[in-house]
Amino acid sequence: MIRIDNVSKRYGGTLVVDGVDLTLAGGGLTSIIGPNGAGKSTLLSMISRLIGMDAGTVTVDGLDVTRTPGDVLARRLSILRQDNAMTARLTVRDLVAFGRYPHNKGRLTVDDGRHIDRALAYLELDGLKGRFLDELSGGQRQRAFVAMVLCQDTDYMLFDEPLNNLDIKHAVTMMRLLRRAAEDLGKTVVVVLHDINFASCHSDRIIAMKNGRVAEQGSPEEIVRAEVLEAIYGTAFAIHMIDGQRIATYFR
Amino acid sequence: MLPEAKRKMPPLGILLVAGAVALVACALFMTLGAKGSWSFILPFRGKKLAAMLLVAFSIAVSTVLFQTITNNRILTPSIMGFDALYALIQTGFILMFGATRVSSADPRLMFLVECGAMILFSCVLYRWLFSGAARSLHQLLLVGIIFGVLFRSLSQFMQRIIDPNDFIVLQDRLFASFNTVESDLLGIAALMIAAATLVAWRVAHTFDVLALGREMAIGLGVPHRRVTTIILVVVAVLVSASTALVGPVTFFGLLVASLAYQMMPDSRHRHVLPAAVLFAMIALVGGQIVLERIFAFDTALGIVIEFVGGLFFILLLIRGAAR
Repeated sequence: MIRIDNVSKRYGGTLVVDGVDLTLAGGGLTSIIGPNGAGKSTLLSMISRLIGMDAGTVTVDGLDVTRTPGDVLARRLSILRQDNAMTARLTVRDLVAFGRYPHNKGRLTVDDGRHIDRALAYLELDGLKGRFLDELSGGQRQRAFVAMVLCQDTDYMLFDEPLNNLDIKHAVTMMRLLRRAAEDLGKTVVVVLHDINFASCHSDRIIAMKNGRVAEQGSPEEIVRAEVLEAIYGTAFAIHMIDGQRIATYFR
Repeated sequence: MLPEAKRKMPPLGILLVAGAVALVACALFMTLGAKGSWSFILPFRGKKLAAMLLVAFSIAVSTVLFQTITNNRILTPSIMGFDALYALIQTGFILMFGATRVSSADPRLMFLVECGAMILFSCVLYRWLFSGAARSLHQLLLVGIIFGVLFRSLSQFMQRIIDPNDFIVLQDRLFASFNTVESDLLGIAALMIAAATLVAWRVAHTFDVLALGREMAIGLGVPHRRVTTIILVVVAVLVSASTALVGPVTFFGLLVASLAYQMMPDSRHRHVLPAAVLFAMIALVGGQIVLERIFAFDTALGIVIEFVGGLFFILLLIRGAAR
């Protein structure tokens, strides 16, 4: 369980995350949605101790993220951010192998090899594993990074907009994959999403943020409703039931 | 396809060849054109060779590690002003105490003072990076460049006002030269370099992870702040050791590190670090042989290295490899 207790973050004079209290129960897929600047990514970065908070605490299974040794946390919680520019020149397989670093400190075992191959297969990267990252398209790179996070094999997996750069097929495959990780492997998956309909169709729980606060939280049935979304995004929505899925339209 | 062509030679093969070339260069340096008694030649050239190897090692390792923790392929400790600080300290000493007193002081003591100042400087810079709200590496790099300019201007100002005789002495010290190696410092420099290497060795398993960038390294459980501080101190020690031995060389590190990245198929440190060290050794020892035997000491190796390195730096900037 991830417990977020009165967490705030200030950049200069602006409060980006404003006293958020939130409990993310173990298991399932939780989506965080909200307009730009709502503090979604910042909150995710604080949970994963990439940035410090100005107030409040975050605990993962009772471990305070700011005080727990990095490697202990890295075996429990993994994070993938949006922007993963790097100067290092690596092959896809080398990158995915870094997912095992928290477990092996750089010495690959046979077991690590199995984890790596499985992660590569999960993301359909078998044919690309010998390619260098700078020879890949944006979407292929994104999948390689996700494979690395899968390979880290942690109970909690956080993704900041994992669908960025992905075409429709791979976006759907990615969400199914994350769903499967939550259902079959019992992982706790938290994703920041921009596409409300992906959140609606794949989440167990949706958290809607606005102005640095949690505006609403609940099941897709509770959140994907016209009046709720209109209050969060400040624009008109229509909700349709299509094949048992709640689809929001807002294009006109 | 270009990458295929690059991958033709396995990394180990390149390392072996480079190692063999380096060995041959060392052997040639020790024996070529030797006239007279070996009991004089061997220690005389041996000292020079040892200094060159130490400098090659320190510059190569410090540059690669610095580029790893800053995730940058262009800036090096020397471009960031580490060397300029060395010049400032030297100038300051001579201004305060005069050339005669400084020259008669124990060089080992001077070395330790300089080393301490450099370590202090790098730690202050590092604090700077993590104290502000914007924790970008570009901030550190900009601050470093501005410090470099500040240090250089301060030294130049002091050089204007010191005694002209002192200035001559100072100029001699500040000019990189592989002919007038400070042999008194050889022992202590070797000791410091060995200690720094040992420290670096202990955190070596984090190097490749650090190269992925700060966020990924933290996500993979590397205590980023602690490890980068350790590496910065190691870099400071290596840079001071090499600068104390031969004087500041600005672009040499950039040259050998870039060459290593180019020649090696991937950027894992177990390939790049030894490659950079070996290339540096070949360049220094080989270059010195060429200068001594072909140009008959008409020019200094430092000048040639700076010329080639400077051209290469401009080339890198134009090609936009900054990222």
